[in-house]
Amino acid sequence: MPGLLIIAQLTWLEARRRRIVFAALLCGIAFLLIFALFVYFSGHYGRHASPMSLLGQIQLQIVTLAGLYAVNFLVVALAVMLPVDTLSGEIASGVMQTLASKPVRRAEIVIGKWLVYWVLLAAYIVILAGGVVLLMRLLTGFTQHHLPVALALMWLEASVLLCVTIAGGVRFSTVTNGIVAFAFYVVAFFGGWVEQIGVMLGNVNARYIGTAISLVSPTDALWRLAMHLLQPPVMAQVQLTPFSPASVPSAAMVWWAVAFAIGMLVVAVRGFQTRAL
Amino acid sequence: MSTAAIETRALRKQFGATVAVSDLSLCIPRGEVFGFLGPNGAGKTTSVKMLLGLVEPTSGGATLLGAPIGDRRTRARMGFLPEHFRFHDSLTGREFLRIHGRLLGLRGAPLERRIDELLARVHLLDAEHRPLRHFSKGMVQRAGLAQALIGEPELVFLDEPTSGLDPLGRVLVRELIEELRARGATVFLNSHLLGEVEATCDRVAFVKQGRTVHELSLKELTTSFDVELEVDRTDDSTLSGLCAFAHDVRLDGSVIRLRVKSENGVPDIARWLVGQGIGIHAIGSRRKSLEEWFIEVMGEDQVPG
Repeated sequence: MPGLLIIAQLTWLEARRRRIVFAALLCGIAFLLIFALFVYFSGHYGRHASPMSLLGQIQLQIVTLAGLYAVNFLVVALAVMLPVDTLSGEIASGVMQTLASKPVRRAEIVIGKWLVYWVLLAAYIVILAGGVVLLMRLLTGFTQHHLPVALALMWLEASVLLCVTIAGGVRFSTVTNGIVAFAFYVVAFFGGWVEQIGVMLGNVNARYIGTAISLVSPTDALWRLAMHLLQPPVMAQVQLTPFSPASVPSAAMVWWAVAFAIGMLVVAVRGFQTRAL
Repeated sequence: MSTAAIETRALRKQFGATVAVSDLSLCIPRGEVFGFLGPNGAGKTTSVKMLLGLVEPTSGGATLLGAPIGDRRTRARMGFLPEHFRFHDSLTGREFLRIHGRLLGLRGAPLERRIDELLARVHLLDAEHRPLRHFSKGMVQRAGLAQALIGEPELVFLDEPTSGLDPLGRVLVRELIEELRARGATVFLNSHLLGEVEATCDRVAFVKQGRTVHELSLKELTTSFDVELEVDRTDDSTLSGLCAFAHDVRLDGSVIRLRVKSENGVPDIARWLVGQGIGIHAIGSRRKSLEEWFIEVMGEDQVPG
């Protein structure tokens, strides 16, 4: 256990000194500024001064979901970029040799690194998604419901990508790992669309294919469930917004994603234990 | 307690069809400074990595300080400077040593005192708050050496420890090895710089194509002289008569080559030859260098790696 905490401390120091945290925060703040300017100049500012119509509420909900959609992309990018070279880079450069020759378990090296990135992703989601919701509240008076559960789902989505990228880093080079991790996300994104189209067109085969893809790569399903929960039930049911999923993943998909992330972490640990350094 | 610091039994590592180490059997007693020599690609670094648990052997086994390879408690008693000394370069010199000291179980004031000592010893005290990425190559290697010594190890692996160092840095490495020897630590030294190995090691092993082909005590090297004789009679009786004074007597064309334990043996040989009525045209003796040993042991089929 002490080894794990020392590796976590080392990972945090590295992330801070290499300005990874700073760059991510800077991009996040820049996005929030752009989002605030958009809300201010798009005619939504100050709506809370007068009673809001149903149409107005729908518009504000769509703007909020658009903001969270962008946040989701930033989080996905960070979940891949943050750990993409943490194992592969250190193995290739030989940095890992000095570390692994110390009396520390290889599992502690993997989990220590993972832990720091996992917490960083959570903080990033809270800051960015919280920022979007807070800006909407301050600028328009719009209140977003079911935020904690949606943020937890976004965190789970990021966790799946984090675990996949860390597991890839054990065997692949940094560039290959980045390509594989993004492809993993894109496959999920595509699978989500296949499932949506299948439901909308009543094509059972397409729906099954989409669901099967979600089982292989569950990230998009988690985001769709988060979006569904963020909307008032009536909006979600009539699919009033571009963010209303036609097919809503079940709770079983959430548990599958949890098991998937844990499984990937186990694959990473097992792979690293036998990896020639 | 095992008296051997390192004992390997037919250690083998194969990467796919490539055999990196075919059969490594060594026994290195505690307190010895041991040189591991061989051409590039001979499997030296892979051997070190296997001993440190960084690479899993395909077959065979080994014990370090009496425990099997990979034993975590034993790793706390070992130090290692890798060949490509790359470390987390965003850390300062002090942070780097602190992290590695803590991984060895050191804490608080004793750790900070040890860091002070080592930074002073490797002449990096002035640079302790600078990130390693702003260090010169030699400074990084000296920081790596300090890292290898932080836990006051009983067994230290140094893989090409002077490759990035200037002459003063090389003297420092020699002094550090002497200090380790003085306190009874075992040093496993991988180096291409044979002069350095000759100056520091007690014993060397020559490794070729992943196999130990010869072991040599450097004490033997300094007390063994090669003698060359050109005489007017090179028959069997002359050669067998010379065996009383020397060993490895052989005829090489018209030259008799033999090995004596001391240069003082040469006048005795000359007196005996004259007494036998054998005319001496030339006689010379010299000590064979480690480099000559290396070339002889490796054979003439070797090409620069």
